Amino acid sequence: MTFSQTDLEETPALRTRDLRFRWSPADPWLAFPDLTLAPGTNLFLKGPSGSGKSTLLSLVCGLAAPQQGRIEVMGQDLGQLSRGERDALRANHLGVIFQQFNLVPYLSVTANTLLPCRLSAGRRDRTEPAPDAEAKRLLSALAVPSRLWSKPVTQLSVGQQQRVAAARALIGAPRLILADEPTSALDRENRDRFLELLLTLAGERRTSVLFVSHDDTLARHFDHLITLGDPA
Amino acid sequence: MSPRLPLSLALALASIWHRRGILSLVTLTLTLSIMLLLGIQYLRTEVRQSFTSTIAGTDLIVGARSGQLNLLLYSVFHIGDATNNIRWSSYQQLRDDPRIDWLVPLSLGDSYRGFRVVGTDQGMPEHFRYGDDQSLALAQGRWFDDLFDVVLGAEVARRFQHRLEDELVLAHGGGSTSFLRHDQTPFTVSGILAPTGTPVDRAVYISLAGLEAIHIGWESGVPLPGRTVSADVARQRDLSPKAITAALVGIERKVLTFQVQRQINQFQGEPLTAILPGVALSELWRLMGQFERTLLGITGFVVITSLIGLTAVLLTLQVHRRQEIAILRATGASPLLIARLYLIECGLLAMLSCVLAVALGAGLLAMLGPWLLEHYGLQIRLRALDRMEWLILASVPLAAMAVALIPALRGWWQGRRPQFGTASTE
Repeated sequence: MTFSQTDLEETPALRTRDLRFRWSPADPWLAFPDLTLAPGTNLFLKGPSGSGKSTLLSLVCGLAAPQQGRIEVMGQDLGQLSRGERDALRANHLGVIFQQFNLVPYLSVTANTLLPCRLSAGRRDRTEPAPDAEAKRLLSALAVPSRLWSKPVTQLSVGQQQRVAAARALIGAPRLILADEPTSALDRENRDRFLELLLTLAGERRTSVLFVSHDDTLARHFDHLITLGDPA
Repeated sequence: MSPRLPLSLALALASIWHRRGILSLVTLTLTLSIMLLLGIQYLRTEVRQSFTSTIAGTDLIVGARSGQLNLLLYSVFHIGDATNNIRWSSYQQLRDDPRIDWLVPLSLGDSYRGFRVVGTDQGMPEHFRYGDDQSLALAQGRWFDDLFDVVLGAEVARRFQHRLEDELVLAHGGGSTSFLRHDQTPFTVSGILAPTGTPVDRAVYISLAGLEAIHIGWESGVPLPGRTVSADVARQRDLSPKAITAALVGIERKVLTFQVQRQINQFQGEPLTAILPGVALSELWRLMGQFERTLLGITGFVVITSLIGLTAVLLTLQVHRRQEIAILRATGASPLLIARLYLIECGLLAMLSCVLAVALGAGLLAMLGPWLLEHYGLQIRLRALDRMEWLILASVPLAAMAVALIPALRGWWQGRRPQFGTASTE
């Protein structure tokens, strides 16, 4: 399955081939469909609990290594990279949003947003015009009230926390955002608004989004849909 | 999070501040134990200093034949009693020795409300030195010149609120509750000495003749009825002393000290002992050193215990930090950064404890110093830390970093473990 309508010559943000993984020899194999995600496109990956959604994200962001198959992030074969290089690649080119508890509890809203810029010079250099300014712009765009920016993140509502996590994922224009059911703790209204903002801002930056969820009512927001467990 | 600091340091500072409630308690424990360790080391040096400065400028101490510690203890520290006396004739013979520059006689045995009475002469203020070659200074009045004049040590005067011209009655023998008192021959305070931080503060000084006078009729150790005399009568008698307890000796040419010492030890008239105060002091210190080293060892264990406590708290906190670590890892932080975070946090806390311990200790010493001098005659100065103390201080953050390796390695290991998502159930 290939999504490369935008530009065929462009290196895909993500490409996986024949991916199989198991956490331990006692566990069953998880097999994943081949994915190709062109820059700026987004993909909704639907799957029930236990279908290996989070595992796939672990593999893509380089926190786990597949026993079989191949993952390329921006043309880089993760299998060829050392742990340190995978950490660096993740810092530089990936943004992640978890289901909940996305933020470092002892950092302020702004500091959480700026975290990728501290971990990667590449992210810092791609901010327009400067890290602080972009953080403010993103937080405003994501409707996080400015009075909260210097507050500890523990004072934020769940919806606000998820929007700060989105700002952190988006800052410095990474090539790919991995989102693991980020809307599951949000009510319907918040959820739609969150998705709209995330996808719009990602599109503006030509950042691809890989979004996993079991909730297929969200699928309408996305360019593409794959269901895990489907024969690929 | 300050953008100017390195990330790991900035994160560590923010994290410590976030957990300041529990960490302040651990830091307090560590601070107190460091203060204890450092305090004991500091006091050890200071007490030693105070100890070795009880006597200076004296080349030899001469007494009846006994061990050098015994002689040092009773003559300088007023601890214990002499086994025997020196005959006055022997003392005079020593005084005629051309190699001997000066002699200060000391005659012990009586007490004033628990404080030693020292019979001596004008040589005491002239030749006795303590500390850094300081001589005795009078806070008030003058050194005794009348038969029944008495000069009080600083602590004696303070304890009993004595002023110049006060009359006091000395007791026969030692102890604070002697029933045998020299009632008929009261003494008048002629001077009060300035505090010295030495046993001098806890003694009263009278002339040898005065001591002789109050013992007329006491030859058998108790007053014989009809033979004791009043002060006025005593003045008429021959009051040249028959014996003294010890003498401080100054040698004209220091190179002859050992020669004089040997000759005194082989004195023909009676068995005498001459000791070098410095040598005797270091032997005494060596004996006490055993005890203080043990104390220091125990305190070392206290510090180790609080470091283990610190580690326990860090490990407990680590469980609660899985979330945060997962976020940092997913954002691109390396396991090394996570490990460094733990090390820096622990090191920072230890350093904070050290700074607090030094500040608190200095404050406490500054506050207690005058009180210690007044009540215990201990002169504790506030001084810069010496090499050993710096070493102890520096070893604490190092030891803290060493114990922090446990959570750090664990964090590093967990950081390497693949995981995604933070829906962990803590």
